[in-house]
Amino acid sequence: MLEIRLHGRGGQGAVTSAELLAQAAIKEGKYGQAFPSFGPERRGAPVVAFCRIDEKQIKIRSNINEPDIVLVLDPSILRIVDVAAGLKGDGILVTNTKHKADEIRKELNLKCKLAVVNANGIAREELGLPITNTTMLGALLKAKAVVSPDSLIEPLRERFGRIAEKNIRAFKRAFKETELAF
Amino acid sequence: MGKRIGLEVSLSAAEAVKMADVDCIAAYPITPQTHIVEHLSELVNNGELDAEFIPVESEHSAMSVCAGIAAVGARAFTCTSSQGLALMNEIVHIVSSMRLPMVMILANRSLSAPISIWNDHTDVMSVRDCGWVQVFANNGQEVFDHVLFGYRVAESEKVMLPVMIHVDGFILTHVIEPVEFWETEQVERYLPEFKPVHALHPDRPVTMGCIAGPPIFSEVKVAQDEALIQSKSEIISAWKELGDIVGRNYKPIEGYKHEDAETLFITQGCFGETVSLAVDALRDEGKSVGLLMDRLWRPFPFEEFRQAVENAKSLIVIDRAISYGGQGGPLALDLRSALYKEKNEPIITNFICGLASRDVTIDDFKNIYNRSMEKIKVNPREEDFEYYGVRGK
Repeated sequence: MLEIRLHGRGGQGAVTSAELLAQAAIKEGKYGQAFPSFGPERRGAPVVAFCRIDEKQIKIRSNINEPDIVLVLDPSILRIVDVAAGLKGDGILVTNTKHKADEIRKELNLKCKLAVVNANGIAREELGLPITNTTMLGALLKAKAVVSPDSLIEPLRERFGRIAEKNIRAFKRAFKETELAF
Repeated sequence: MGKRIGLEVSLSAAEAVKMADVDCIAAYPITPQTHIVEHLSELVNNGELDAEFIPVESEHSAMSVCAGIAAVGARAFTCTSSQGLALMNEIVHIVSSMRLPMVMILANRSLSAPISIWNDHTDVMSVRDCGWVQVFANNGQEVFDHVLFGYRVAESEKVMLPVMIHVDGFILTHVIEPVEFWETEQVERYLPEFKPVHALHPDRPVTMGCIAGPPIFSEVKVAQDEALIQSKSEIISAWKELGDIVGRNYKPIEGYKHEDAETLFITQGCFGETVSLAVDALRDEGKSVGLLMDRLWRPFPFEEFRQAVENAKSLIVIDRAISYGGQGGPLALDLRSALYKEKNEPIITNFICGLASRDVTIDDFKNIYNRSMEKIKVNPREEDFEYYGVRGK
């Protein structure tokens, strides 16, 4: 089973990212489970969402404390939340940042595998605003092929309707532009 | 087989209500039930569901409207949580006493105070004795299936009682997971048209819920209790037929690696699935442990429990609610009564945990197992129950 923890700020769509991933996995015939950290949602406050993907039925219903992958949607979260907490030894931290992987590694004293992308920049250019949930899914899939990129396209279209194409462009660009430091 | 899609459990529950072709939805939004009602209002607004959506001013009105709808012989649905259930409590008792069939989903949430929007079973237990058929669902698929099952049982001429489906708030209501929809043809086969035994109609006047004094009240209430107890056979046959149609088999209590186990966990709601993984982990360590998940809460499956625990030496009952000043959680109380003076009566330890969605992990359940083993070695009656994972305890 693959466990992903997503960090973002309320309103940035971390829950939607988790949901789209689970839906893509389910479309592939796998099992997917996505859920938010339960509580009153506040725009701008740090929030967490969770996603599990497995070949067999997912029975566990507790939070993800030891993720395989951590996905950070907002660079400002890195300095206020210990996003790497519990990350497995060979786990990957995928983050939105305009800095290079080495700079982030040094600043936050991270030992894990890193994948970085300037998702704010991409989202601003493609969507016109720094909502990075779909962009960061591109970075995630570059870091690890948890689902096939094609499986995500249909859930993206269903979810975003007339603004789907912009989101798909942002998703594909992030897939190309993500820097891996494994 | 219907389509298999990834959908939030609340939304798939609403889709099941649509498939049940209800005539009227009367509901008031309350966290964490909100997404169910919102989605139903969308379905009605879009014309996908031909039903009246009555946005009432309170839960008391929601249940009152549903009473009226069922009384004229139409299919009613509502859902609520916690404080909403507390506010509708008066009418919850009335609809079962008046033998009005309907289905309500209760998105399980703590009762205040302090305010908690999170999940536990304290609201469930506040209506334990309300006379409804009550079932717990462990995952999104079970919620979907049990909406259709609910109407099938409620409207059966042999039952004529409302059905409440317990769904853990947030932990289940807000999870996206795969659900297999039913085909329309399967629903039509399973759920016949509602034909009430008695219905309000201007041409055929009847009185429902009138006054009953000392000469008749007891007889009416005993008949009601007998109806609930006897509903079990209809419940079991409705599950059997559901299995024949969609291939998923449900029972009053569901066992997991329980047949040869010396120790059995007993759970309600979606704790069960996590405990099944703790059972796997403990089995890997050589422990003789299994699990029974209570699906049917009322009528309580006494006989099924007596049989299922026959070979067990001890039980670990997990409650997600407090019976203040009582001798343990509500599930443990019923089990102790059910098994009292049975031959080879197992030792029962009881743990209350997970209040207001406090996370309970596989490791926690392993700890609970170890704690239970310690307790029964020393003196099982010393403490009849304990709180797990509470600071200062």
